Amino acid sequence: MSLNIIVLAKQVPDTRNVGKDAMKADGTINRAALPAIFNPEDLNALEQALRLKDAHPGSTITVLTMGLPKAAEVIREAIFRGADGGIVLTDRPLGGADTLATSYSLAQAIRKFGNYDIILGGRQAIDGDTAQVGPQIAEKLGLPQVTYAEEILGIEDGKVTVKRRLEHGLETVKAPLPCVVTVNGSAADCRPRNVKRLMKYKYAVSPSEKAALSEEQQKFVDERPYLQLREWGCADIDADPQQIGFPGSPTKVKTVENVVFTAKEARRLENNDEQIEELIKELITNHTIG
Amino acid sequence: MANFYTDNPDLRHHLNHPLMRRIVELRERNYTDAEKFDYAPLNFEDAMDNYERTLQVVGEICGDLIAPNAEGVDHQGASCSDGRAHYADGTVDNLKACRQAGLMGMAMPRRFGGLNFPITPYIMAADIVSRADTGFENLWGLQDCAETLYEFGDEDQKQRFIPRVCEGETMSMDLTEPDAGSDLQSVMLKATQKEDGTWVLNGVKRFITNGDSDIHLVLARSEEGTKDGRGLSMFIYDKRNGGVNVRRIENKMGIKGSPTCELVYKDAPAELCGSRRMGLIKYVMALMNGARLGIAAQSVGVSEIAYREALAYAQERRQFGKAIIEFPAIAEILSVMKAKLDASRSLLYECARFVDMYKVLDDISKERPLTAEEKAERKHYNRLADALTPMAKGMGSEYCNQNAYDCIQIHGGSGFMKDYACERIYRDARITSIYEGTTQLQVVAAIRHVTTGTYKALIDTYAAEEVRPELASIKERLATLTDMYVAAIAAVEEQANPQYTDFMARRLVEMAGNLVMSYLLLLDANRNDSFTASLNVYVNMAAAEITRHAEFIRTFDIAQLPYYLNK
Repeated sequence: MSLNIIVLAKQVPDTRNVGKDAMKADGTINRAALPAIFNPEDLNALEQALRLKDAHPGSTITVLTMGLPKAAEVIREAIFRGADGGIVLTDRPLGGADTLATSYSLAQAIRKFGNYDIILGGRQAIDGDTAQVGPQIAEKLGLPQVTYAEEILGIEDGKVTVKRRLEHGLETVKAPLPCVVTVNGSAADCRPRNVKRLMKYKYAVSPSEKAALSEEQQKFVDERPYLQLREWGCADIDADPQQIGFPGSPTKVKTVENVVFTAKEARRLENNDEQIEELIKELITNHTIG
Repeated sequence: MANFYTDNPDLRHHLNHPLMRRIVELRERNYTDAEKFDYAPLNFEDAMDNYERTLQVVGEICGDLIAPNAEGVDHQGASCSDGRAHYADGTVDNLKACRQAGLMGMAMPRRFGGLNFPITPYIMAADIVSRADTGFENLWGLQDCAETLYEFGDEDQKQRFIPRVCEGETMSMDLTEPDAGSDLQSVMLKATQKEDGTWVLNGVKRFITNGDSDIHLVLARSEEGTKDGRGLSMFIYDKRNGGVNVRRIENKMGIKGSPTCELVYKDAPAELCGSRRMGLIKYVMALMNGARLGIAAQSVGVSEIAYREALAYAQERRQFGKAIIEFPAIAEILSVMKAKLDASRSLLYECARFVDMYKVLDDISKERPLTAEEKAERKHYNRLADALTPMAKGMGSEYCNQNAYDCIQIHGGSGFMKDYACERIYRDARITSIYEGTTQLQVVAAIRHVTTGTYKALIDTYAAEEVRPELASIKERLATLTDMYVAAIAAVEEQANPQYTDFMARRLVEMAGNLVMSYLLLLDANRNDSFTASLNVYVNMAAAEITRHAEFIRTFDIAQLPYYLNK
């Protein structure tokens, strides 16, 4: 059985190597100082999608991303690794969205796309760390959701079997299709870019990227449908202006503070079982551990 | 999140050599593949962009996966059970990533599923892979064998086997036997033609790298009663047919992830590749030349990682209140390591370009007759490639051993412990000057290019190039050193004694190597100022070496020869 798979991906600032200039004075992220990358857990999700495609030949993987027009980079990156195509959801009114407005916009795009069996995405993005968008999309579409997925074990009889990574262990669950699965960073790393696909698709562009090309280059893209990435705006997804962007975002950031962790107290224990046991009891009692 | 290509600007410098334009134009037959294959380049810039992007993928896999796996692979090693060789877990992951990335069959034509890359960017990938895990470079680099299949197999064999290599099946070259190591003429593995015309192989091979591969090229004695190289033919053995088992694998000092197998052939079905009796004298010689270039690349990769590990440690380790790199004795070692690395890398890519030039013209000659100029060009580059291959392999492998030694020296006592990568690098380096022909055999292959003047002619072409005024004094110095080289050759030839020439051969070949590498660094520095430090350091070293050899030859009394040779 071949599957129609949607992978949700986000282009994020690389917050893993943050320097001094990562934050502006007003507490917002200085995007110029941080390279834009494929959100790491979305790559884990893409790998699960690619494995499903390996197991179910004929399946197609469509990557959906919302962001600035340059988020098309994420689509190309996914195609280099084996995805079939993608859609960039970009429009000025969509900007400034919190998780509620984002999940609304993405859910509208998925409705418009229509034909899907499973929607995969990373657990959370490294810029916001909310882990809310995946579950909210499932709620809005009325679909079952499986979070913290570490491995999709298989799809059979219209049901997906998923191994979940929980705080204290593993859980294996089944969910009927279609459903939303958000994938944990502990899942398998994404496979590398395939160099033949890289050479074939390196000139793939979205309509707004194409507009910036020379006439000759545009003609080259026009002659090759596989180089044409899809780009959708508000009108394409029938978005309610009150539910997108700033108007649709109840979350308001008041202030951002720097938090520096410092140890409040230090205690010295003797190297004997008695003192260690006492400490463990204390930590259990005050719920530091256990 | 390391990228072993982008973190090393020297590679991009070599990839963008002026001769690449012509190589790529020939290789791509003026970019006509673009009509048939959607991943073929449209023009030179597009092709170079493809190489660049592909090397970035190689660099990423090497930095993020293969290098981090190297220690585990070294500890676990390959194993053998039930007649099969098994890779270490890390090796399995590495191979999977290389297959998924499409990095197999890189130099094969597109019609067989390859990338149609010239040798030069392919060799650059080998250089990068070797830095990540020297032993893994062997397994990945054996895709080289497909080149021999492509050159000498018939169309049917090419169509059946090469696409499998491009899909990621591995290869091996089954040459060595217990009594046929350097002397391959003594190969005994028996090839018997049955009544239906098919062949079977019987016997034993030893020291076969990746001997449990999917597709083997096998050197076997097809002509009963013969004893020399002219009785040997080359065969293809497909593992899917069965008949070859791994009796044991060697317990080696280094490159432990690469299984070195003893193979037993029992009526193993095989097919003849090319013509009978040409196995050793033509095909294996071609195979070996490709493999030697591969080992030269592997050696440069080892030099690179040895230098980087040493540099990082010297910057971090503090003694007497400062980082040890601030002591001149340590800094000098690092400068010399970098100079040897840069010199051997320049030689490697010069050689790769020459191989590219003659091979691509040779390939074109199968499609249409070459023009007289093209024929002359093919001959010219073929000769240069033959001259530089043993030099790059011989001296590059010796340099990487020296760098591995110095890497441990910089680590001091810690370097002797198993805690740092340098001890693995030291063990892995050691084989490079032995397999695919020892350094001593590289000298045998190179010396005729001393006596027939190939190296001198090449040096003269380098000397004829204009350089920036600030490099003029070094160029003058190299001219003086060239005179010493010429005088040394004359002194040896004057004796007209083959035994004496053999005795002095290593010295003469090294002098030629010192000069060629000095000039190449001069031209590199002329094009890119970042090579100036290595140029100066290397030329100082080369001058001392050349002077030492010249003095030895000048003062040597031939009557002393028995003291060296009679044991």
